[in-house]
Amino acid sequence: MTHSGGYVADPRFRAIEWLPWLLALLCFFVAPSYLPLGSYVLTMIIFALSLDLVVGYAGIITLGHSAYFGAGAYIAGIFAARVSTEPLTGLAISTVGAGLLGLLTGVVILRTRGLALLMLTLAITSLCLEFANKATGWTGGADGLGGFAIQPILGLFKFDLFGKTAYLYCLVFLFASWWLVRRMVYSPFGASLTGIRENDVRMNAVGAPVYMRLVVSYTISAALAGLAGALLTQTTQYVGLKVLGFELSGELLVMLILGGIGRIYGAFVGPLVYLLAQDYLAKQFPEYWYFGIGMILVLVVMFVRGGILGIVDAGIAKWRGASA
Amino acid sequence: MNAALEVRKLCKSFGALKVADEIDFCLERGARHALIGPNGAGKTTFINMLTGRLRPSSGQMLLGGEDITELGQAARVKRGLGRTFQINTLFLKLPVIDNVALSVAEREGVAWRMFRAANAHRGVIDESMDLLQTLGLAEDARNSVARLPYGKQRLVEIAVALGLKPRVLLLDEPAAGVPSLESHRILEVLAALPGDIAILIIEHDMDLVFRFARRITVLAQGAILAEGAPAEIAENQRVREVYLGERHV
Repeated sequence: MTHSGGYVADPRFRAIEWLPWLLALLCFFVAPSYLPLGSYVLTMIIFALSLDLVVGYAGIITLGHSAYFGAGAYIAGIFAARVSTEPLTGLAISTVGAGLLGLLTGVVILRTRGLALLMLTLAITSLCLEFANKATGWTGGADGLGGFAIQPILGLFKFDLFGKTAYLYCLVFLFASWWLVRRMVYSPFGASLTGIRENDVRMNAVGAPVYMRLVVSYTISAALAGLAGALLTQTTQYVGLKVLGFELSGELLVMLILGGIGRIYGAFVGPLVYLLAQDYLAKQFPEYWYFGIGMILVLVVMFVRGGILGIVDAGIAKWRGASA
Repeated sequence: MNAALEVRKLCKSFGALKVADEIDFCLERGARHALIGPNGAGKTTFINMLTGRLRPSSGQMLLGGEDITELGQAARVKRGLGRTFQINTLFLKLPVIDNVALSVAEREGVAWRMFRAANAHRGVIDESMDLLQTLGLAEDARNSVARLPYGKQRLVEIAVALGLKPRVLLLDEPAAGVPSLESHRILEVLAALPGDIAILIIEHDMDLVFRFARRITVLAQGAILAEGAPAEIAENQRVREVYLGERHV
């Protein structure tokens, strides 16, 4: 089940697609002590979904997606610190702001392809990082920005100490993001992005406005990344320089590759496995945990294309073949 | 105005190398016109200028009487100029029907839609399927292009261009790489194309050219060497020297 979209793909929901949501709700009731980590996983899934849209579907290779995540995170932080601590307004402004940054940068960098594009995406997130580092009056620089208390959502749901509200808040927006991305993947727009990824020369030859379409997909993806960043700021009530720069972009790409690129649910599985493994390994082997992460990635990339979900697909195919 | 496509004094040079030298050319409505010439004569450059992939150094191009010299590729496609490629330029991993549907969706202007499922666009799918039917590819509709034999991939190449419902169709060596036993299938498909499409074909397979074309233009070193009905071209002494002659000596 690759969710590659297109004109013959059946867009209806399969039963198994309810599984992640059931698991997420189950986690809420069964593992309350994991909710803060859970909220972080949920925001990273939104972030990974946004990356999947451009890398997996449109074929835009990028190492700079943290620029938009960070922009959303900082806009949410600055908005909360200076204007208002109302969460939904902050979220909306951060999403639009990150989308605008995506539009402005996309218009420039999407004229290039391949390595040049990769370098430009890196440059953009590095510029943003340096800007956030130097503009201490707004961002707090290396100290980060905190000390604001986000108001209850809709005036009803207070952010509690155990992270219950935060978790559900993230889950609701993950659901909305997932619904949006899934719709787009199965739409003619999504099909045309796949076409551009597979052969942009032919897409030009059939009269597709390739560049405009890439800019639009990049803008939407940047807005989603900004939403994820803003959620992180609001749920942790803090934003620091770690939300920007190459490291987070690279880590996110690793998560997506781990889960499986261009299949929607790879963006769910990758961050979940990566962050749980990180959590576990960091507790068991505080000095060597990165080694464990590296091993998992090497194994997945060497032995299965398509990440963990690729393994699952191959397993199912084998099982079906054996039983037939 | 009876010309579907007209070219006036078209020039293109890469540095000192002149690849198009004051080409004057006219493609009638409903034409079956072939462009031939030895390797390096500038045929593909000419096609790339017509489609807007390459900017000419000077000269003018008219599509249905409208000046398209300054227009980009997409704008020319919208005005009814379609093309195929000498080397397959397809969406290899996608199903055959998606290859055609992507082109049909662009023409119908639905390719920006983000919320309605592609699968729900019956008009696009039915039209793509009809096209595949006429080209004898219906059974392969759901297979990925990569799994088709090369000859069938060449037909998909044509199907994608036909999805645009072009008024002018440029076929860049449609039979290139196809075993001669299968090239008759390509010819059958070409012969069955709607009569109102003006077709310009570039081809090295002389058998195919002389069966298909009603008019032939010979290009050599970026300039037009001769133009006329197939019989005239076959008799033309200069053409025989630079081109046909090579084959018969």
